[in-house]
Amino acid sequence: MPGNRGERPAPAFLGMPVAPRGVGHLRGAEPFPAAARKALANTQLRRNLAKATSTIRAKRAAVVAELPDWEDLRAAGQAIKAEAIAHLGRYLEQLEEQVTAHGGTVHWARDAIEANRVIVDLVRGTGATEAVKVKSIVTDEIGLNDALAAAGITARETDLAELIVQLGHDRPSHILVPAIHRNRAEIRDIFRREMAGADPGLSDTPAALTAAARAYLRRRFLSARVGISGANFAVAETGTLCVVESEGNGRMCLTLPDTLITVMGIEKVIPRWADLGVFMQLLPRSSTGERMNPYTTMWTGVAPGDGPREFHLVLLDNGRTAALADPAGRQALHCIRCSACLNVCPVYERTGGHAYGSVYPGPIGAVLSPQLTGIEDNASLPYASSLCGACYDACPVKIDIPSLLVHLRARHVEAAGRRSAAAPTRWVPGAEAITMAAAAWVMGSPARLAAAQRASRAARVPARLGRARHDRIRRLPPPLSAWTAARDAPLPPAMTFREWWQRGHVVQPGAERESP
Amino acid sequence: MRIALFVTCLADTLFPAAGRATVRLLERLGHEVVFPQAQTCCGQMHVNTGYLRDALPLVRRYVDVFEGFQTVVVPSGSCAGSVRHQHEMLARRFGDEALARRAAAVAARTYELSQLLVDVLGVEDVGAYYPHRVTYHPTCHSLRVLRVGEAPLRLLRKVAGLDLAELPDAEVCCGFGGTFALKNADVSTAMLADKMRNVLATGAEAVVAGDSSCLMHIGGGLSRLRAGTKAVHLAEILASTRDDARAG
Repeated sequence: MPGNRGERPAPAFLGMPVAPRGVGHLRGAEPFPAAARKALANTQLRRNLAKATSTIRAKRAAVVAELPDWEDLRAAGQAIKAEAIAHLGRYLEQLEEQVTAHGGTVHWARDAIEANRVIVDLVRGTGATEAVKVKSIVTDEIGLNDALAAAGITARETDLAELIVQLGHDRPSHILVPAIHRNRAEIRDIFRREMAGADPGLSDTPAALTAAARAYLRRRFLSARVGISGANFAVAETGTLCVVESEGNGRMCLTLPDTLITVMGIEKVIPRWADLGVFMQLLPRSSTGERMNPYTTMWTGVAPGDGPREFHLVLLDNGRTAALADPAGRQALHCIRCSACLNVCPVYERTGGHAYGSVYPGPIGAVLSPQLTGIEDNASLPYASSLCGACYDACPVKIDIPSLLVHLRARHVEAAGRRSAAAPTRWVPGAEAITMAAAAWVMGSPARLAAAQRASRAARVPARLGRARHDRIRRLPPPLSAWTAARDAPLPPAMTFREWWQRGHVVQPGAERESP
Repeated sequence: MRIALFVTCLADTLFPAAGRATVRLLERLGHEVVFPQAQTCCGQMHVNTGYLRDALPLVRRYVDVFEGFQTVVVPSGSCAGSVRHQHEMLARRFGDEALARRAAAVAARTYELSQLLVDVLGVEDVGAYYPHRVTYHPTCHSLRVLRVGEAPLRLLRKVAGLDLAELPDAEVCCGFGGTFALKNADVSTAMLADKMRNVLATGAEAVVAGDSSCLMHIGGGLSRLRAGTKAVHLAEILASTRDDARAG
């Protein structure tokens, strides 16, 4: 934003480092509308998603309705996150002090490249060639499995859904349920094809699929020397890390190996131990629709004779400081990754997560991914929403996602304007910018609006000449052809409201019987 | 009561029947309706597409035109939502504190039609007659930005002759979303397909809502399919009387 016309000076976030290109999974291969078009044509995907999201929506709604103080809890969650993010530096240093004091080692990673290097070196230092993993989106964000593979280390996903994704050579499509796009018949086929030792006659009942995964994973847990996890929360006051999960695989990964490496985005820190009391109520109800989650593992550094002998905490920035520098945008860092916004989003429900191109899909992904990568690398995501507001209502920490989407659209438009101002001879404003400027000019005066309304009535000429068969417009030129591809457009009326008013606004019975 | 009508640029240009019905309804209820002719547009399309600077003069115009009135009515949940929740924010973003304060004051006196009727004027039975089976679509901004709640349904339940059918998954967006319908036309159409399926399942002759924009979307889809179900603005139903049925 150039600082003219009394506007506030350009914010500092413009120069902040973002998540680097060429590593990790924050950017899609194509813009959202193109990826979405393909996803919409996949009938199996549409069916799987509709079934899964409607089931989890109903469960969430039921358990949220049970709590009379749900709105107070949301407000508390919002306040705690706002406090943590407002004093992020202080709480991160406190966390480091506490983790170190309890025998852990803290590593600061500027971006995905640094984080991967730190983790690869740590695993190599143990001499292990295999590591078991707890479900972790942040390790997917940085492309850790690829980095480990390049170093000759095999990463074993142990969360059932992550295992399905890994065995299927697939990508996660949901924050909480990475294989939500698969139904059980597809999962059975993946297991039969890819899982060493799987029964060729494996059935697709949930019990049989779970038993097969259990037998396969148990061998991995018992032989693993290194465990890798993400974190749901890190308590600055005590240095305690927390992972919540449903299957117990996480507990195994966090307690059995000699070495535990935890990667967390710097926004996961919360100030106090007591704050967990709020999030332990908000998170399970919002995510899985459960009153409490089955497994909650908390650990503070290392304890002799109990659990891992070595604990490493990798604190990851990867564009988060850039988001923090934007006073409006930083709200996205409050997210606790419950995925409630995905499950209520009518766009996500129809396209699935892959269309967003990032490990963070859905409404929260549409406001988080562009901030981590820089808007221009994910410019289509803030527009991947009808601004219906269902996400805001569902968010347990009250992130105003619709307003953030609009804010990021504005940043995108302003960035284009800056490029135009920087190179006025080479940069040609897009058709949209011209249309918007023209519309603003028309709306800038009632006389101009009335003139434009009269001009639009030209569309009625064929009707008056008897050449149009309908009172509807069936086809319009681009860009409005995108509308008439599936929807009729209204024919401009013989008289605008303004004209009717000017002519004395005479009301006649039956006169209102024309409809959109 | 003297009520200023902000008819919205969309209703003015393409759906004047919704504006005329609003005038007729409020006059029938004994109120004086005025139409300040300097009005144009709330600026929501510009804001939601990211063109905030272009929207600022429209905010200023809205405030200039309407701040002299005690009560402003808007036959659109979406445009009323923009006035209530975007104008002040926008003025502040561009550092115009004075405009932000004025915008907030006018916004507090700006009401969506059903809110004005039920919450301000305290009326539910407006003496309407509409002998048809209809279903109500609560538009997203009426529901989740303005929180009009049950107000439109309470009005519809009191309309004589009206057979109100419950719309399945009513609270799900129809897929309009302003320029979303063009920028993400495929997703928008997929959402519309599900909305139309639910509307048609009710067997209603008309789907009613408080926003001409969403009605243009749903109605445009139904018309393309020759579905035999039309889209009608809430104001048109509330303005209808037995005389209309006879004249009809």
